Amino acid sequence: MSTGKDFETGQFPTWCPGCGDFGIWTALKNAFVEQGLAPYQICVVFGIGCSGNMASFLNVYGFHGLHGRSIPVATAIKLANHKLPVVAVGGDGDGYGIGLGHLIHAMRRNVDITYVVHNNQIYGLTKGQTSPTTEHGVVTKSTPFGAIEMPINPIALAIDTGATYVARGFSGNVKQLTELIIGAMKHKGFALIDVMQPCITFNHLNTFHWFYQRIYELDKEGHNPVDKAKAWARAMEWPTQLSVDENRIDKIFTGLFYQEYRATYESQLPQLQNQALVEQSIDDINIQPLLEKLA
Amino acid sequence: MIKINRLNWKIGGEAGYGILSAGEIFAYACLHGGLETFAYLEYPSLIRGGHNTYQVWVREDNVQSHSSHIDLLVALNKETIEKHLHELVPDGGLIYDENDNTLREYACATRQKNCFAVPMADLAKQAGGQKVIRNMVAVGSSFGLINYPYNYLFDLIARFFEKKGSKIIELNQLAAKAGYDYVNHKYSSQFEYKLKVRRINNPKILINGNEAIALGAIKAGMKFYAAYPMTPATSILHYLVAQERNYNLVVKQTEDEIAAINMIVGASFAGVRSMTATSGGGFSLMTEALGLSGMTECGTVVVIAQRPGPATGLPTWTEQGDLRFALHAGQGDFPRVVLAPGDPEECYELTFLAHNIADKYQLPVIILTDKYLAEARQTVPLFNQDSLRIDRGELADTNRLAVDARFVRYAVTMSGVSSRSLPGQAGGIFTANSDEHDDTGLANEEAKVRTIQLEKRMKKIQSLRAYIKEPIKLYGLEGADITLVGWGSTKGPILEAIKALTGEGKQVNFLQVRCFEPFPVKEVDSVLRQAKQRILIENNYSGQLGGLIREKTGIDIAEKILKYDGRPINPEEIINYVNG
Repeated sequence: MSTGKDFETGQFPTWCPGCGDFGIWTALKNAFVEQGLAPYQICVVFGIGCSGNMASFLNVYGFHGLHGRSIPVATAIKLANHKLPVVAVGGDGDGYGIGLGHLIHAMRRNVDITYVVHNNQIYGLTKGQTSPTTEHGVVTKSTPFGAIEMPINPIALAIDTGATYVARGFSGNVKQLTELIIGAMKHKGFALIDVMQPCITFNHLNTFHWFYQRIYELDKEGHNPVDKAKAWARAMEWPTQLSVDENRIDKIFTGLFYQEYRATYESQLPQLQNQALVEQSIDDINIQPLLEKLA
Repeated sequence: MIKINRLNWKIGGEAGYGILSAGEIFAYACLHGGLETFAYLEYPSLIRGGHNTYQVWVREDNVQSHSSHIDLLVALNKETIEKHLHELVPDGGLIYDENDNTLREYACATRQKNCFAVPMADLAKQAGGQKVIRNMVAVGSSFGLINYPYNYLFDLIARFFEKKGSKIIELNQLAAKAGYDYVNHKYSSQFEYKLKVRRINNPKILINGNEAIALGAIKAGMKFYAAYPMTPATSILHYLVAQERNYNLVVKQTEDEIAAINMIVGASFAGVRSMTATSGGGFSLMTEALGLSGMTECGTVVVIAQRPGPATGLPTWTEQGDLRFALHAGQGDFPRVVLAPGDPEECYELTFLAHNIADKYQLPVIILTDKYLAEARQTVPLFNQDSLRIDRGELADTNRLAVDARFVRYAVTMSGVSSRSLPGQAGGIFTANSDEHDDTGLANEEAKVRTIQLEKRMKKIQSLRAYIKEPIKLYGLEGADITLVGWGSTKGPILEAIKALTGEGKQVNFLQVRCFEPFPVKEVDSVLRQAKQRILIENNYSGQLGGLIREKTGIDIAEKILKYDGRPINPEEIINYVNG
């Protein structure tokens, strides 16, 4: 039986002390341990950013790819070896900014992977620029007069685009996040977990304290995740507003918003029914019938 | 004087007139009668309208290119005469549809002798079909004129339209027969070019470069293919996806080329041979992940079917303008292999080799072709399957791995190649890292680690040099008076030119460079130092191979035939240059 320690490489995280990333790291390790998985039985693909730096702290088969490109890599690993649990980890810049195109297509494709997004609503590793989820009006290094664009709503986007497991976690609630990750990994299909992860260094608006004031857990509110209309309504309750008002208190729901049972991409490929691609022998493949068609 | 079995046929018409199927049926009908062909299609980037041509050069010996001299021109529109009549040889013939008034007036005005008017639209109608089956009347007319047995055409129409049902097949056969009979009775005695069936012992195929690449990949055990459609690489996607279930492949059309190459890197990491194909524009999007393949040491095969750039360029035409791009794409130093096949057989063999190299040496392998090679069909013997051996390189043995330690995936070795484990394998845990990393893949920015790992990766280029058996090929006699130098698809036109020049008593040989990285410095140097007169032939503006040769050997090839109008070099241009 593996323990949390087995999932550590020995390199201690380089995140700022108090960073929300620690909570996500812990929840991932817990989720793996609770599922009885050994480190070699899991593959995690990382994007680039503070979140992606976890590649050197989490002891699993890791792939630390390019900025924004974790999803295509994870998709292909799953298609090459669909028996392997595949998790992707990135941040809001990585997944909702530069990599958004891949994310939308992955959600409609419904490949069985779990995508955990560290959403701190700021670019941390590049030291404090606006991100796709930065609130309107927020002053950052690249928006000194306040962000002009409206933020992306990842939960609403995921429900709309066809993700089959859509959840929001909070790095300040490791217990709930662990359960969400386990649920996502057990779910057959594309799972998005948007994790609110306060950046204590560059985001002075969306702090731990700010979240604690607003967060409500969906399952305690009697939410039924198969109800798509309700899921949508609750996703829309994010306190998006046209100017930052620190004193305004809205509800931010965490937990499983939406779950749908739809055939995965790989389950619809008859060529994968007997063996994973990686298990197939490649010696002595005979192309004679193909040559004869060209004669 | 009757000319047997040497005919260059060309049909032209609007897009949507069935020029492609007419051309393919003509070429395969010749193949089935034991003749060799080279079949070449030109078309603009649109679906309807515009002007398409299909050329089939037919002979008894191996035909390796198209030619600018046409013996029989078949016009379904005015543009065919306008643009191509000057290509007709003096005793050549022109067949045209006299039901088209504009076309008739234009054809008569040319005062071309051997002008054969055929009421194609009427014959199509009498056969019971629409105007669109004029193309079969035209093919029938052509074979009727050159006295080639009708039954080959009959059989091929059945094969080509198999999926469309017996009614369509019969209609097309009737139309072809009507054209055949009409022209055979009325005109065949007036035309000196004839095709005669030959009996051949060895079966042959008619294949283009893209199909040959797909076959090489399937044979090599490629199981994962991801690509975004882009001319002229798209038909590889079509070919492979049609075989998805027969050969247990996963073929994925992606949202863009960035996804495509990141996916094949991921599949390679998981232990599956993988490939993508694109043209220059798509490859531009792939450059960052090409470096990822190099950095993480996940071997990949990337096919670039070149077309004229920059930007959208000339989407359906040909050029060799991406040699330097393939060599230098991506930031930083990382090892890569760049191969350039010159004909379909080489496409097949080098694609197979590319997959072995990618697996064994764990790096990206680029295969450079172009529109001309990708889409032109050539008669070749059945591909060899027996001598090809899969070489997966060093895979870690699970029994010898310590379960609790991280695997030293990037161990420093003499060759630079380290043994690899596959995700899910007990004891094989490592991180494939786009950041510089230590030998287990953990991010590491120490100067010493960086130097060691970079040198380890780069060493692979020297180690694999000997693995590529024929980085160059020399055709013709050593010590010839003239040495032609080229790469890729210009091989065919060059070899055709050499045949003609040899017939005129000239001594000409050809140095074909098939591998650009690692560059075969010694081989190229030794051939060129001996050469008496060197002529560089490339389908690009800047003479990119010439520049590379100068960079690597110090030899400057002063004489150059460079063509960059989107059209392939034809043998006559080379012959004329050599003859001054």
